[in-house]
Amino acid sequence: MLLDLSKLFGKSKASKDVAKERLKLVLIHDRANVSPQFLEMVKGEIIKVITNYMDIDESALDIQLTKTKCDDEERVVPALVANIPIKNVKNSGK
Amino acid sequence: MGEVIVITSGKGGVGKTTTTANLGTGLALQGKKVVLIDTDIGLRNLDVVMGLENRIVYDLVDVVEGSCRIKQALIKDKRYEGLYLLPAAQTRDKSSVNPEQMIKLCDELREEFDYIIVDCPAGIEQGFKNAIAGANRAIVVTTPEVSAVRDADRIVGLLEANELRNPRLIVNRVRIDMVKRGDMMTIDDIIDILAIDLIGVVPDDEKIVVSTNRGEPAVNDSKSLAGQAYRNITKRIMGENVPIMDLETDDGLMFKIKRLFGLKTT
Ligand SMILES: Nc1ncnc2c1ncn2[C@@H]1O[C@H](COP(=O)(O)OP(=O)(O)O)[C@@H](O)[C@H]1O
Ligand SMILES: [Mg+2]
Repeated sequence: MLLDLSKLFGKSKASKDVAKERLKLVLIHDRANVSPQFLEMVKGEIIKVITNYMDIDESALDIQLTKTKCDDEERVVPALVANIPIKNVKNSGK
Repeated sequence: MGEVIVITSGKGGVGKTTTTANLGTGLALQGKKVVLIDTDIGLRNLDVVMGLENRIVYDLVDVVEGSCRIKQALIKDKRYEGLYLLPAAQTRDKSSVNPEQMIKLCDELREEFDYIIVDCPAGIEQGFKNAIAGANRAIVVTTPEVSAVRDADRIVGLLEANELRNPRLIVNRVRIDMVKRGDMMTIDDIIDILAIDLIGVVPDDEKIVVSTNRGEPAVNDSKSLAGQAYRNITKRIMGENVPIMDLETDDGLMFKIKRLFGLKTT
């Protein structure tokens, strides 16, 4: 009852759920054994390729390893998410 | 041929030594011949948890270096038939023992004992490598906390990389009141994350502190809830099918009520 009420008033979710969420995320990194240096390398390569086609805001580029739900089932899998602000699309060679 | 079971966790202070003492004593109470090995060289504790600290003459390092025979270093626990302790060295460091020596030692002990329970130090370095070297089964201890579960996950990976497959999980220090409030991860949450099989749940219990004060493992205390949990795990280790004590439902409550009236539960 108390729990429902607190939900009604938009209180924060149970701390154990926060714990579980954080754990899942941290374990994706741990299990994938991905180092920050590795991500930097990937980032550098992506910039190289993309700048062939468009001007991007390199300073605002954000690339992260996160997770996503598989569409088939409940399973959560790691996902590489890149947020790349585009300044200008180059003339597409026409 | 005996079994060598390593009790490990990654993180310190989650209950490895407490678990080793209780499961070892529990197995001896079931009539098994058991030896406990403390591999936490430099930070030995199993001796005091067992109440055997005054009887140490030789230790693990003496044995692997050949300064004494195994028999000379084993401390016989006079309270429990068939229970022995091989203490760690206190004034040496982890590099005084190597994995090959541990394999040899465990193989020799296998000839004579039903169960060899190895108490692993915290960490993933030399001490961990020594502790797992001679083992054929592993029990991973965690508590329902982010850091402990994270470390447990790392340990599970390392165990598997070292051919110790299917480690079993003990979730220690569970507080039902906090679980009910939503302030502690449930057993299901933890199993879901670690994806390994559960062998037992041990409640957070003041009796553990009291029994450790006295050097008498709680597994022998019929009134301790944690003691009951350890008795159940003991039986599961021996291959018996004992249902997981449900701390979150009426079963748990019934146990508490029975305990209040001093009735024995099994
Ligand atoms: N189920 C429990 N309930 C209450 N206290 C516990 C429980 N399990 C362990 N403890 C306490 O936690 C502390 C750390 O336990 P210990 O077995 O020494 O951990 P580790 O060997 O993993 O470092 C000790 O003081 C012990 O008494
Ligand atoms: Mg310990």
